[in-house]
Amino acid sequence: MKVRLVDIAHARSGDKGDTANVGVIALTPEWYPFIRDELTLDRVREHFKGVITGDVQRYELPNLNALNFLLHGALGGGGTLSLKTDAQGKVFSTAMLRMVLEARDDVARSLHLPAAPR
Amino acid sequence: MTAGSSSDRIVRVASGQGFWGDWLDAPRRQVEGGPVDYLMLDYLAEVTMSILQKQKERDPAMGYARDFIGAMESVLPAVKDRGVKVIANAGGVNPVSCANAVLEMARAKGAKGTLKIGVVTGDDLLPGLDELLASGQKLANMETGESLDTVRDRVLSANAYIGSVPIVEALRRGANVVVTGRSTDTALTMAPLRHEFGWAADDWDKLAAGIIAGHIIECGAQCSGGNCLYDWRSIPDLANVGYPIVEARADGTFVITKHPDTGGRINVPSITEQLVYEMGDPHAYITPDVVADFTSIHLEPAGENRVRVFGIKGRPATDKLKVSIAYRYGFKAVGTLVYAWPDALEKAKLADRVLRERLETMGLKFEEIVTEFVGVNATHGPLEPQQGEAQEVQLRIGVRSPDGKSVERFTRELAPLVLNGPPSVTGFAGGRPKVEEIVAYWPALVDKAAVTTRVEIVS
Repeated sequence: MKVRLVDIAHARSGDKGDTANVGVIALTPEWYPFIRDELTLDRVREHFKGVITGDVQRYELPNLNALNFLLHGALGGGGTLSLKTDAQGKVFSTAMLRMVLEARDDVARSLHLPAAPR
Repeated sequence: MTAGSSSDRIVRVASGQGFWGDWLDAPRRQVEGGPVDYLMLDYLAEVTMSILQKQKERDPAMGYARDFIGAMESVLPAVKDRGVKVIANAGGVNPVSCANAVLEMARAKGAKGTLKIGVVTGDDLLPGLDELLASGQKLANMETGESLDTVRDRVLSANAYIGSVPIVEALRRGANVVVTGRSTDTALTMAPLRHEFGWAADDWDKLAAGIIAGHIIECGAQCSGGNCLYDWRSIPDLANVGYPIVEARADGTFVITKHPDTGGRINVPSITEQLVYEMGDPHAYITPDVVADFTSIHLEPAGENRVRVFGIKGRPATDKLKVSIAYRYGFKAVGTLVYAWPDALEKAKLADRVLRERLETMGLKFEEIVTEFVGVNATHGPLEPQQGEAQEVQLRIGVRSPDGKSVERFTRELAPLVLNGPPSVTGFAGGRPKVEEIVAYWPALVDKAAVTTRVEIVS
């Protein structure tokens, strides 16, 4: 079953130089392990391919039911150099939430994961 | 230990400003809405110091956050009559002038003798920059590793991020207002807690708790319902949003709350969103005072609009300070035009091609030209689904160059498109785009031992 990240997590993003950070937070603690297992470094790299020029780093914060991603080369030079509308990476949060994850049917049932609309 | 460090004593630090340009009413609302001991005002972002440095070059009495004078005026009765203390990094590159302007305002308001201002200096490395470099401090760019030599002749400002020590000293010497330059945002909150509870310089867990309390409230309402994605539709009364308050205890635990009868919302999700904001490696949040571990933070609901924070761990600080250096980089300009249905995107794309061809023909040199189609791809770029016809599209085009003349010429090429480019175009009423000088940010490290802070009490 397909699950939209936007239906199971919230997020906030910010900047440090030319790097955007995106914190992804499970909407309920029960959904955190699923997000931790499925929102992998490779999948996030693939999602932002062509959007950022650098690599991605990933950190886990189980105490906050959250993951933190650093997206390097995300802001067109960053800070004052950037010509982009989102020079400070404020809306990379919802760009991340566009991701769609795959859940096994039994997992989706036991966690009551909301199915992505067709 | 200072007096009254019993375990149930509470010290309240209220955030009244999350950046220079934040809500002018917030400081007054924080001191009038209920009991607070300290008002914390954060004015400085990465690029703010360079803007202030440019102002100081034009007028040696300037170079600080002018908004602070109005804020102090609005909270003066609380400082005078109820003993609320104010801590702000409003001093920018001129804390002394900032303090004098506050004293002058207080005199004009008939509050002579009310204020005892602790002025923290020593963060400004610009006057001694060459001696510092000669002494072996390389100040290499933390991101690129480049030597500062490559931009030395264009450096506008250089400030070390300083920690809680001089603020604690100012409070100990009786200041009821502390004005700093480039203090870390978080030290503005941690210092009064350290002062009140007598936390030792190596009590890493408690110092880390103070830093994390500071991180939660340093962006003002961004932890109390502002810019909160979680259940945003149901957040009540944002027009009357309450800014956050830390209720801290001597043991390093604290509650984040806001005044009664204010809008917004404080809950575990709103606090978590702020905790992850601008986060790097969560295991090592490095400050001048302590390295805080964000993976140790525990949050629990503690009543309506109350979240309890506990369990925080810290480690010894490093022997370095971060330095924020700003240097002249070049110039940029961004202009926009709006295209209407039908075929709005196609028209905007043609306008972009025409404009780029003209810039090319003139032989203007740009480091980068960025085109965005607002309504189609400006916020999420290629991740935005291209389905359905856009009803209108804003063409947004920006250029950057070391050469100011090329950028200036670009700003004159947009308006002609209204009459000599594709049709159904509007939205040019703002006139020509402005040429902006780019002041770029150069993060570096310096040995702590090379930076000496000073505290002066003026009244």
